[in-house]
Amino acid sequence: MVEEEGFRRYVAHIILWIGIAVVAFPVYIAFVASTQDNALIANGQMSLLPGGHFFETYYQTIFVGTSGSTREPVGNMMLNSLVMALLIAVGKIAISIISAYAIVYFRFPFRMPIFWIIFITLMLPVEVRIYPTYKIVADLHMLDSYAGLALPLIASATATLLFRQFFMTVPDELLEASRIDGAGPLRFFWDTLLPLSRTNMAALFVILFILGWNQYLWPLLITTRDDMQTIQIGIRKMITTTDALTEWPIVMATAVLAMLPPVFVVVVMQKLFVRGLVETEK
Amino acid sequence: MQKQAIFQSKLLPYVLVAPQLAIVLIFFYWPALQAVIQSFLLQDAFGLSTTFVWFDNYIELFKDPAYFESVVRTFFFSFAIAVLSLSFALLLAVMADKPLRGSMLYRTLLIWPYAVAPPVVGVLWIFMLHPSLGVLARYLRALGIDWNPLLDGDQAATLIILAAAWKQISYNFLFFLAGLQAIPKSVLEAAAIDGARPMRRFWTVTFPLLSPTIFFLLVVNIVYAFFDTFGIIDTMTRGGPGTSTVTLVYKVYSDGLLGGNLGSSAAQSVILMIMVIVLTGIQFRFVERKVTY
Repeated sequence: MVEEEGFRRYVAHIILWIGIAVVAFPVYIAFVASTQDNALIANGQMSLLPGGHFFETYYQTIFVGTSGSTREPVGNMMLNSLVMALLIAVGKIAISIISAYAIVYFRFPFRMPIFWIIFITLMLPVEVRIYPTYKIVADLHMLDSYAGLALPLIASATATLLFRQFFMTVPDELLEASRIDGAGPLRFFWDTLLPLSRTNMAALFVILFILGWNQYLWPLLITTRDDMQTIQIGIRKMITTTDALTEWPIVMATAVLAMLPPVFVVVVMQKLFVRGLVETEK
Repeated sequence: MQKQAIFQSKLLPYVLVAPQLAIVLIFFYWPALQAVIQSFLLQDAFGLSTTFVWFDNYIELFKDPAYFESVVRTFFFSFAIAVLSLSFALLLAVMADKPLRGSMLYRTLLIWPYAVAPPVVGVLWIFMLHPSLGVLARYLRALGIDWNPLLDGDQAATLIILAAAWKQISYNFLFFLAGLQAIPKSVLEAAAIDGARPMRRFWTVTFPLLSPTIFFLLVVNIVYAFFDTFGIIDTMTRGGPGTSTVTLVYKVYSDGLLGGNLGSSAAQSVILMIMVIVLTGIQFRFVERKVTY
């Protein structure tokens, strides 16, 4: 073991706490602002300690929303974000795991071309093809719908590659064994492969849920109705009006609410999160 | 590498790949193809007729000083964000890698900003540094700095770089920490026995062994700065003041939306696609190297 002297350890602790402070400060300020009076904030007189408007502000944010810019309770926006995030995560895992299964466990004509067709999508995020994608979604009458929000974001190969890699490491003996037991391809998939993939699916789910919840550009383009807004879009609209009219405590309460679910997932499912992050980047 | 044990079935594999194939073809290939086609077309002002104009849209772009400026700006932003975020994250990771009490707690407290969405990051930072009501802006003015990112383009750019780098710290920290933990302790012990002081050990042993991680993170950070900064920019500055924070992705968005110039927007999309493919290509070549390394 390389010796660490006491002094160096203290320095390490101090640097880490400074890092944590830097990382947490903007969020602390947001929380403090969400508990204070708007007039005070607008005058630039905001205090650095929490105020007394916590319940009032959060109640109004979740159930009523801002009076001017969004006309929609943030609770409803959170529901939209949740549905979108779940659809993206579950949808992507479902279609990816079965296509990876086909590509690994079957030999069929055009197997490799199909693999490459899926693989290439890895390279291009939705941002580089937004308007043509918008047009297609519009032509399919999917604007302002959950399907329109989720489907274009499902069209990428990360999960397929991950499952393919994992299936390659599953020993062949398992398949031989279940074949002797008389299991067909679907039984083998359901009874053997799926249970084995549980951790991978969970790790992937955590990452995809966070990515889905945090989507911005795509929902911004395709949602026009107030009741289809996601929370990220809601925040942006709240600060659209001239600064004087911005209801800062509500904006900040919305920011806090927007962070809560994904941050909760990262902290509580830290092991799965780290695993998912490392695996999807491979 | 291929599986030896497989199933025989004519129809089933096609049924299994069909959903993904359909979604990818409809929502990925078709729009990408449309973008390429559109980039060769010119639409009249009313959208009634289109003419095939070869590379005119591209030539227009390359002649446009505003486009050139946004290319330079995007690369500058990427570089600044990557350097700032990587160096801070590396410092924290080196500290957290030491055998300290509470190191798991430190990790938890440092990784959660990964989950904060870009538009939220934008709102948090503009609020702290808002010229009239920002908490930090007060102190800047007290220091005699004429702080107003809503009017001053350089200050707006600084704000975006800071906010974007802040968000990326946690991601970089996590990968640096994993990279550091993968370095065999015996190598560091050997250096210590040879009499190398901690600082020297870091620069001559740790840093070179970490270079694959650094390179990987550099590419990831650049791609992040290209795309994920959109939400930050859109909530903080809307590309302004003037065009001082318009990046390439922001320009694709605003030219297509406000200007209605779809041909040019499509050409910009295609150029972006090529850039990302090159970046990903570099990343893949590097991953290959890491496997054999």
